[in-house]
Amino acid sequence: MAGLELHGVRKAFKGVQVLDGVDLTVAPREFIAFLGPSGSGKSTLLRIIAGLETADDGEVILEGRRIDTLPPGDRGVAMVFQHYALYPHMSVRENMAFGLKNARVPKPEIDGLIEDAARVLEINELLDRKPGQLSGGQRQRVAIGRAIVKKPKLFLLDEPLSNLDAALRLRTRVELAQLRQRVDAGVIMVTHDQAEAMTLADRIVVFNDRRIQQVAPPMEIYSRPANTFVARFVGSPAMTIIPGKLQNGSGHAAVRLGDGALIETAISRDGLPPGERIEIGLRPESVRVTRDGDVATTTAKVVLVERLGERSLVYAQLKDGTEITAEDSGLSTARSGDEIGLKIDGAAAHLFGADGTGYHRQDA
Amino acid sequence: MRAAARRWDGLLFVAPFLLLYCTILIYPLLKGIWLSLHRVDLFGQGTLVGFDNYARLIGDPTFGQSLINTFLVTLMVVPVLTVLALALALALNRATRDAAIFRGIFFSSSVLSVTIVTLIFRFILAPDAGLLGEIWQGLGWEPLPFLSHPDLTLPALAITTIWWSLGLPMMLFLAGLQQIPEDMYEAAALDNAGKWTTFWRVTLPSIRRTLILVVMLQTAAQLQMFGQAQLLTAGGPSGASRTTVLFLFEVAFGRWELGYASAAAEILFLIILGVTLTQYWLTGRDRESGR
Ligand SMILES: Nc1ncnc2c1ncn2[C@@H]1O[C@H](COP(=O)(O)OP(=O)(O)OP(=O)(O)O)[C@@H](O)[C@H]1O
Ligand SMILES: [Mg+2]
Repeated sequence: MAGLELHGVRKAFKGVQVLDGVDLTVAPREFIAFLGPSGSGKSTLLRIIAGLETADDGEVILEGRRIDTLPPGDRGVAMVFQHYALYPHMSVRENMAFGLKNARVPKPEIDGLIEDAARVLEINELLDRKPGQLSGGQRQRVAIGRAIVKKPKLFLLDEPLSNLDAALRLRTRVELAQLRQRVDAGVIMVTHDQAEAMTLADRIVVFNDRRIQQVAPPMEIYSRPANTFVARFVGSPAMTIIPGKLQNGSGHAAVRLGDGALIETAISRDGLPPGERIEIGLRPESVRVTRDGDVATTTAKVVLVERLGERSLVYAQLKDGTEITAEDSGLSTARSGDEIGLKIDGAAAHLFGADGTGYHRQDA
Repeated sequence: MRAAARRWDGLLFVAPFLLLYCTILIYPLLKGIWLSLHRVDLFGQGTLVGFDNYARLIGDPTFGQSLINTFLVTLMVVPVLTVLALALALALNRATRDAAIFRGIFFSSSVLSVTIVTLIFRFILAPDAGLLGEIWQGLGWEPLPFLSHPDLTLPALAITTIWWSLGLPMMLFLAGLQQIPEDMYEAAALDNAGKWTTFWRVTLPSIRRTLILVVMLQTAAQLQMFGQAQLLTAGGPSGASRTTVLFLFEVAFGRWELGYASAAAEILFLIILGVTLTQYWLTGRDRESGR
């Protein structure tokens, strides 16, 4: 049985369509990350699942039970809010007990649940404090604790780490990953942060333009993006996507760029759309700046060099003006204005049809 | 040396305020105390009588009755007013057009002057020609003599006052309610809290400070009730609706016993101070632990 199922969920705000026919199936205990640009409807979908927003159309089913008709408290989900939404006048203990009391859980049982959660989250010392007396990271734990004690079937987290500083964020990320092993429930986390999504999630759901663009495990999102949007959105710096001409022939596809360079891909010629217009996608790590002795695929003029320490990113222009991002070692000598050679690893290239659909090598 | 100089520099910034504060608050206060220790009439400096005025007041049944009346009417007004204002604020705390219109209507009564308010309520409460009387008669009942029966004049004052004063506390409550972040209610909904639980455990604690403020302001205001009592019932019948401020007005500007009136004013001042400070103390104790 599936954990969560969404069927044809639609939502419009004052005539503006925000979600248009969203279908999604989440396995029990799966960790899902919602990733997408601002305003793409991630929070809205999360709130529809929680019952804080009603869908215009569609169904939400959790463990075989239709829940979109139920009030939020009866759905078996718990939510961690971006700004924590702790009750400021209640102690940490009362914050965690509130939902259980309302659900008429007996007092001894409540105490036990709170003890357990407090131990796991290391907030035993804080139980009698008010939220105003806690640091941001501590509040975050309390908010997670408040969700855990309810033993929900599904956790919903809306950008749970976005209010923490970089160091704390990293630590909490690790803790979330560990926590995740201990709870017997699915997790859906909205995030802006690709690294967060990549490291935590079993599968990533990429949103854009009212729809789900791709649902896949993190590495597949990276290595087999479903379309140009996902290809550009995931990965930093973004994949370069250049128009080219598909060459005749059989076996693997070969693409000629605007400046005349020929790139032999490892993607099978069959299955590509007809016609010779195609786009080729290259991640910076598959475009290297050549050293003495290397054979260059093509040449380019450096526009900007970003030195990141262990590596450098070189933003350059091909002879026909197309922009391309390449990678070089940390000790790169390239400077803007320089003429450089580029060695393009065709085997790592991606192809995109006219409608944006991605094509990838079989084994990637 | 330098530290002392700095202190005086700072004083300069608050000097305009201090000056105003002293002339319109401190000076009258001291002058009042001075007056209360003298026998003063319109002419002459007056003669020092010590605590004579206070002693006389304690034995004056009219003053005692006025204090009782004032407490009774305050007790009638403050709880009802607070609950009504909160209920209205809860009902009108939404961003719709209708709510905005009603907020305006309910607030409008408080911009009227006391003269107009009492005029309106004369029309409503007068037994022979009043609106309430008509309705009563339409239902086949005897109209109630709100303005002439000793047991009904204080309630009449209370009703008038509640209607008149509803606007400000309602606005204060609305401001308080709007401070509550929406996600707190969402968290409560996910925590299985019903309407009632949400009100008692989330809304009310969040506006606790506003609630205290409203009760304290209203208590202090109603203990000084004057205009309604003078214009609606003139304190009658036979002192049944004479409030303390009305009493001291009559003493000061009817009998011209300024010293005696000042002593009454000082006592009322101390009572108001005592009551509001007690309220503050009772409700503000867990301040440090909260937030
Ligand atoms: N209550 C609302 N009323 C009107 N429009 C809304 C409402 N809530 C969201 N929207 C609109 O719906 C769209 C999707 O919003 P949503 O909050 O789901 O985006 P998001 O993907 O979570 O964005 P972000 O990453 O910035 O949080 C936005 O264009 C937003 O303006
Ligand atoms: Mg959002």
